[in-house]
Amino acid sequence: MKLDSKIPEGPLAEKWTNHKDHLKLVAPNNRPKIDIIVVGTGLAGASAAASLGEMGYNVKAFCFQDSPRRAHSIAAQGGINAAKNYQNDGDSVYRLFYDTIKGGDYRAREANVHRLAEVSGNIIDQCVAQGVPFAREYGGTLDNRSFGGVQVKRTFYAAGQTGQQLLLGAYSALSRQIGLGRVKMYNRHEMLELVKVDGKARGIIARNLITGEIERHAAHAVVIASGGYGNVYFLSTNAMGSNVTAAWKIHKQGAAFANPCYVQIHPTCIPVHGTNQSKLTLMSESLRNSGRIWVPKKKEDAEAIRAGKLKPTQIAEEDRDYYLERRYPAFGNLVPRDVASRAAKERCDAGYGIESNATHEGVYLDFSSEIKNKGKEVAYAHGNHNPSEEEIIKLGKQWIEEKYGNLFQMYQKITDENPYETPMKIYPAVHYTMGGVWVDYNLQSTIPGCFVAGEANFSDHGANRLGASALMQGLADGYFVLPYTVSNYLADEIRTGKISADLPEFLEAEKSVKDQIEKFLNNNGSKSVDHFHKELGHIMWNKVGMARNEQGLKEAIEDIAKLREEFHKDVYVPGSAEELNPELEKAFRVADFLELGQLMAMDALQRKESCGGHFRDEYQDAEGETLRDDENFSFVGAWEYKGKDINQEQLHKEELKYEFIKIAARNYK
Amino acid sequence: MAKSALLKSSIAKKYWMALTGLFLCLFLAGHLAGNLQLLLPNASEKFNAYALFMTTNPAVKILSYLTYISIIFHAVDGILLTFQNRAARPVRYVKTNPAANSGFASRNMAVLGTVILIFIVTHMVNFWARMHFDKNIPLMKTTISVKGQEPREFYVGTGDGQYYMVDQVALEGEAKDTTANMMMMPKQLKIVNRTEVYNAGANVKVGNVYKDLHKITVDFFRDPKVGLLATLGYVIAMLALAFHLWHGFQSAFQSLGINNKFTPTIKFVGRAFAIIVPLLFAIIPLYIHFTK
Amino acid sequence: MASKSININLKVWRQKNAKANGAMETYKLDDVSTDSSFLEMLDQLNEQLVTEKKEPVAFDHDCREGICGMCSLFINGRAHGPETGITTCQLHMRSFKDGDTIYIEPWRSKAFPVVKDLVVDRSAFDRIQQAGGFVSVNTSGNTIDANSIPVPKQDADKAFEAAACIGCGACVATCKNGSAMLFVGAKVSQYALLPQGQVEATDRVLNMVRQMDEEGFGNCTNTGACEIECPKGISLENIARMNREFLKASSK
Repeated sequence: MKLDSKIPEGPLAEKWTNHKDHLKLVAPNNRPKIDIIVVGTGLAGASAAASLGEMGYNVKAFCFQDSPRRAHSIAAQGGINAAKNYQNDGDSVYRLFYDTIKGGDYRAREANVHRLAEVSGNIIDQCVAQGVPFAREYGGTLDNRSFGGVQVKRTFYAAGQTGQQLLLGAYSALSRQIGLGRVKMYNRHEMLELVKVDGKARGIIARNLITGEIERHAAHAVVIASGGYGNVYFLSTNAMGSNVTAAWKIHKQGAAFANPCYVQIHPTCIPVHGTNQSKLTLMSESLRNSGRIWVPKKKEDAEAIRAGKLKPTQIAEEDRDYYLERRYPAFGNLVPRDVASRAAKERCDAGYGIESNATHEGVYLDFSSEIKNKGKEVAYAHGNHNPSEEEIIKLGKQWIEEKYGNLFQMYQKITDENPYETPMKIYPAVHYTMGGVWVDYNLQSTIPGCFVAGEANFSDHGANRLGASALMQGLADGYFVLPYTVSNYLADEIRTGKISADLPEFLEAEKSVKDQIEKFLNNNGSKSVDHFHKELGHIMWNKVGMARNEQGLKEAIEDIAKLREEFHKDVYVPGSAEELNPELEKAFRVADFLELGQLMAMDALQRKESCGGHFRDEYQDAEGETLRDDENFSFVGAWEYKGKDINQEQLHKEELKYEFIKIAARNYK
Repeated sequence: MAKSALLKSSIAKKYWMALTGLFLCLFLAGHLAGNLQLLLPNASEKFNAYALFMTTNPAVKILSYLTYISIIFHAVDGILLTFQNRAARPVRYVKTNPAANSGFASRNMAVLGTVILIFIVTHMVNFWARMHFDKNIPLMKTTISVKGQEPREFYVGTGDGQYYMVDQVALEGEAKDTTANMMMMPKQLKIVNRTEVYNAGANVKVGNVYKDLHKITVDFFRDPKVGLLATLGYVIAMLALAFHLWHGFQSAFQSLGINNKFTPTIKFVGRAFAIIVPLLFAIIPLYIHFTK
Repeated sequence: MASKSININLKVWRQKNAKANGAMETYKLDDVSTDSSFLEMLDQLNEQLVTEKKEPVAFDHDCREGICGMCSLFINGRAHGPETGITTCQLHMRSFKDGDTIYIEPWRSKAFPVVKDLVVDRSAFDRIQQAGGFVSVNTSGNTIDANSIPVPKQDADKAFEAAACIGCGACVATCKNGSAMLFVGAKVSQYALLPQGQVEATDRVLNMVRQMDEEGFGNCTNTGACEIECPKGISLENIARMNREFLKASSK
């Protein structure tokens, strides 16, 4: 396998324009003769399906949920970045590009990231034109807020539901195409295999989750936009159904899988409450604009809090350790996610955690200072220059409510604590996966005709994604990249004619899926799918989690291999094949997670450096900051599937060349 | 498209419900104003005069036809909607807790409406039909006492100061010159077409008399056998009306798309209307029944 | 706040598939942590059923943070359970007491046929959206600048409030008429409040209402139940706005 990134020549800022200008086109009259399959209907999938349908291609879109509108992009809270510089604070395409590269700890492709920054403004234009109700200022123009890892306000938002609004925008565009008959939507369908004919992606095998029917769908090109693989940890901020299956299936068919070890652990999630917990809930990063993160300075205070003898509000100001402000005065509470997460882990590991569960893992996110500051500002703005303490607090709480009301409410519903009165308890949790299917500049995987977009590809975020960049990337891929690059590929397919779904390759793939289903249903083991999934999650979180080391990773590789064997021997899947069978769906997903988990550990093991979301205990400086090794590890690690034994996967390296940015140590101090 | 939408769509059906409903509210207010005269001193004259006006004035006539149409439309539309709504949930819930999220009235508009419809029909049979079709409708009489003479009964004419001595008037259908009154003077006047007074000999119309709706009403509620039942029936119907209006008044505005800063006021007015109007309506039979 | 364990009885609608007849089944579930979410309680039930080699209860769920709109469930006679302003996945077992009997039923509506157990088919909502719930703007890199049409903050905020609908169907489930007016009203309102939605306002409302009627939803009696049970607090104002828009459109 040879990795050809196909990055265009020329100056950075002109690469995309030049490239676009020279891509091949498909004439409008030829487009209806061409079929495209899009798997996944999140931001990337829905925008791609809508745009390709609008161009005139026959699009078939698939999602496992009951409606394309449910895709997990909907849960993104904080916002979407764009280099509009509406706030006149010196933002530009270059700065967005630079911040993203730096935020990604210099492990992303320059050209891709620059393209992302270039089209970021178009995304906002497009979404506003679609009727996405972004937050606005009183003058009627769009409002922005600030996010971690940057020093400008470039994040567009819609309260704490930006992902929802953007997804519904893309869903509305998709719905329009479905209504016009240009996109055929397959709800409650799960892709279970990619079909290749003569080396090219030519279709998929999907299971109708209602009837259980195994369907063969043929097309000239396949777009995978199935999201990330955070659920390999069992507990994550992902939706319950989020899975790696589509991406993993194409990996097994020959698509290289890149940087699987890059996992983003989000610093502000609600801590784990108990053993039956099924998922973790994110508290938007935007809260870090207003909240200050701290733990007690004294260990005995932390112990007293855990024992329920002390309340956080009883800890005096001077006894609080605002550790982010202490360690990173320049960015303070707004350091990038990986930095904030590790800092929380460092404090908790040192015994200052405040959560009264088995792990003590929790820190405070405190809004009392902001309530006072904003309350005073509002009072002054209303002409009250001598407000009483109560007035200030009342106004401050109102301000907070307007800004973050839904998040505060969500927190209270889950924890039964009132965050207006007592600080929130938070702890990092698995959130986003920067790794994914390796793609070239055209977003094409190593399988011709198989494109991968959004979180499912290894993407533009390097080793760490900045807040509010995932939405940007998903929509950039779907709206503004794939329509050009997929057309370029399809220009050579206009003479191919209809692809038959009765080709032997399809029948063979169908049979292998059916066999797998039979195998699961007749396995008659003794343990549920969830049992194995939770076990896998434990291994992953403890050994391939926020901090990794050689010994743990080696153990993880063995543990997972063993668990996988046990899974296939002892899993019990009830029900039948010809019906809605959620346990069967889960079995397929967990089977893939078990393979992926092992590869993640292998990737983490080979990357003998710390960068972004990948932190190796062995590679840190005296202050506990990541120690990158640019000389030996400035590459994308892309793995090639070599059969059942994951240990046999072969690593390919795509060197990262920094021509336009001077590589430097990341510094948020 | 647009035209058929205005007839067929679910929203249009609600417009019509709202418009007819609100019109019927106006009707209620007018009807109440008239009925309240039953509580005044000398009720009978004022009330019968009002009844005459209401049954003869051409403008009122148009309004009354509009009212009939509204009632029919409101009822038929309501029944259609109710059937559609039932069909929208073919399998019912095993356990429900509707009180947690909605008011009694709003959930029972169809039942309340049915009660009201039944009431309207009986009410119309009892009064409206008699006013319009009863050949033997009682006519308004008054007793005038002239000093030193026996008090005498007169039919009250619609013209100013017109009175017709009861003894002088032959009622319609009454046999003329029967042996029973052979002894008496032949009657000089006769009633034609229920209320028209004719000179019997010359066959010339001399005036009109009032139908005595007041008497019908009073007799109805004071009937020794069914008076109490009727009174109670009316009170219950008014209770149903109150609930119907409690929800219906403000709901009509919502259906017509009016939900804005005036909505709290509309709701307040609607609720006041829903209490006051049926209450006053209900007081009338109670007053009549219990002040024999 | 202190977490404890409770024992509960469950009465759950079980139905093999769309064509089969269903019935309420009773289950006993012990040691449910009050910190668990309602769906985690169902996970626990399913784990118990799978261990007993019985078929687990099928129910829809995905994000488990109250935004995807996939979870449904009519709990003790109310959509999304006894609390307001939340979805079923945000309902916690601390809302129940030890020994409680909890009824769990699927959404009931002609337009939402049961697929299996507690899972229903809500694609009717998708079809309504497809009938007009969009602005017909093509993808292009050259759409006009986002700030070129200012939108009054008040309008933008109201549009957002309407757009916050998660399409869960609680409004339909809770409405005694099985009406979808809150869902459709919210979508119509979002676009009606924004300048971008004006161009197609007439066709949009007519087409969406026509599709709504065709799907077999009931009519709006303005009981307000939908507004109370809506996990996102979508206001009845949106229904009124749709009624206005429809009147405007019909009279054109």
